[in-house]
Amino acid sequence: MSLVPEGPTARGAVPHPDVHTYDEVNRDVLRALETPGKGWWALLAVAAAGVVLFFSAWGWQLYKGIGVSGLNSPVGWGVYITTFVFWVGIAHSGTLISAILFLFRSPWRQSIYRAAEAMTVFAVMTAGLFPLIHVGRLWHAYWLIPYPNSRFLWPNFKSPLVWDVFAITTYFTVSATFFYLGAIPDIAAARDRATGLRKKLYQVISLGWRGTDSQWHHFGKAYIFLAALATPLVLSVHSVVSWDFAMAIVPGWHATIFAPYFVAGAIFSGVAMVITLVVPIRKIFGLEAYLTTKHFDAMAKLCLLTSLIVLYAYLSEFFLAWYSGEEIERTAFWNRLFGDYWWATWTMLVCNGFVPIMLWFRRIRHSIPALFVISIFINIGMWFERYVIVVTSLHHEYEPFAWGIYRPSLTEMALMVGSFCWFGFWFLLFTRLLPPIAIAELKEVLPAPTRKKTGEAY
Amino acid sequence: MDNAAGLLASYEYLDSTVDAIKALKKAGFEKIKAYAPYPEHHIEHALGYGQSPVRVWTLVGGLTGTATGFALTTWTSIDWPLVVGGKPIVSIPAYIIIAFEMTILFGALATIIGLFVLSRLPSIKPPVVYDPEFSSGRYGVYVEGSRQRLEEARQIMNEQQPIELREGELDD
Repeated sequence: MSLVPEGPTARGAVPHPDVHTYDEVNRDVLRALETPGKGWWALLAVAAAGVVLFFSAWGWQLYKGIGVSGLNSPVGWGVYITTFVFWVGIAHSGTLISAILFLFRSPWRQSIYRAAEAMTVFAVMTAGLFPLIHVGRLWHAYWLIPYPNSRFLWPNFKSPLVWDVFAITTYFTVSATFFYLGAIPDIAAARDRATGLRKKLYQVISLGWRGTDSQWHHFGKAYIFLAALATPLVLSVHSVVSWDFAMAIVPGWHATIFAPYFVAGAIFSGVAMVITLVVPIRKIFGLEAYLTTKHFDAMAKLCLLTSLIVLYAYLSEFFLAWYSGEEIERTAFWNRLFGDYWWATWTMLVCNGFVPIMLWFRRIRHSIPALFVISIFINIGMWFERYVIVVTSLHHEYEPFAWGIYRPSLTEMALMVGSFCWFGFWFLLFTRLLPPIAIAELKEVLPAPTRKKTGEAY
Repeated sequence: MDNAAGLLASYEYLDSTVDAIKALKKAGFEKIKAYAPYPEHHIEHALGYGQSPVRVWTLVGGLTGTATGFALTTWTSIDWPLVVGGKPIVSIPAYIIIAFEMTILFGALATIIGLFVLSRLPSIKPPVVYDPEFSSGRYGVYVEGSRQRLEEARQIMNEQQPIELREGELDD
């Protein structure tokens, strides 16, 4: 039997060669919880201001009514649904990195997945608000939940919108559970070093974890099962989101490619967001030894792969619109490229299809500033992708008399911008309260200390 | 056991830990507990672990979820039959999605509950036998037995050169 765990290290070099001992991991990672720094406070202030903006805009809409948004016939879905799909998509790569790459025993997952999982939880928290904002009369939102009521009515389970309620709530519950479970041993590590009030907090939320053999034994199995459950879940959630569109007969929506196309797009945007978030964390907390160019290279490759799938989906949509010979379908896609919203479509094509071509070059994949800039382009591009799908399809349906133009109102823009701040606010709190890198799992890929120095032969 | 007591050794090296556990097992000690900063399958091997029963929780939870999903959708459709979109009143393909999501939800929650039950979490009261170093870089071995037998255990544990050897405490 070998002392080196099978899998990750067996297949190649450890992705973080400058980390040697277990104590080092605790020291470096837990240091992130100690030093707030001025930069962090400044970011938190900006995020908090944005959260105020977000809730003021929402409050304004609740007070005045949904009329303060630009939503009207024929475009009844706009920035709110766009932003909802965007944030659900962002969430996906967190689960991909934490669950799917865990099942595949990927060697570069350990130092990234905690941040990616936190991103998932907060992104679903953000996304989940948008259907509530979108329904306008928030006080009726509970009608979506099946419960015995005096009207004797039940939700329509044949509707993709109700599927969505189930998919998103399940996704939030499972990803939050998975995130918390994985963090318990690390919270215990933080508890053992903390003092004062923080120690009390960690004592409670670490649930009394001690790292005994039986705890690790059951923990390991439970973790594998959760990963195995989260894997089909993540693929299902964005498929269900895509069916919100594909089940309708709107030209530009009614396509069987939608589910895989959305899932690929979700992972694409999510990995880009992980890069956007991890670059500053690495810098601010001095975690260069843990997040090496190897990690960024792997994420960039994942971006490249999914960008190719997304580009393929774009092109096949255009091709099939032409090949179908269907006048309305052809017009819908011609309108996307050269109609009123041509700028949105071209932004999407350039950001998602062409900018990632640069990732073919190793030099760019190894340059962290370049990746950061590219990831921002992808974030923008993926927001516009959803805007294009939602708005250009609705504004130009079958009947010419029902065509119309949609312009997002200030309230909608404030809610969209505010959602980024709301997300950022939680993420910033996370970096200070929970170890941003998975301590215990990182130790699994470090060689275990042995007295006999036999290493392999044990 | 009135005169029972415990011994807690902390080790710096994995092989010392595993050897100590194996020697204690060989000497016939039954109440052995090991601490590690990460899941270490060598320790689990030495202690002779089999399959974790967590998997039964997952399976039962998942199947309950599937049944609940189909039952909820079917029953509510029959409770107030309403033709929507020309589809049958009980539209199985559409309900698969609800049943699938509930399978995952119930399966995941049952897994967590199973884990908590099996590993006795949460336990908020401060641990009696513990060392903060166990979450950092040290391994621990704890053994319980009568005072006479513990002398033997002490010898076995000392053979592997522990960093520290504490006695007298009984684990909860």
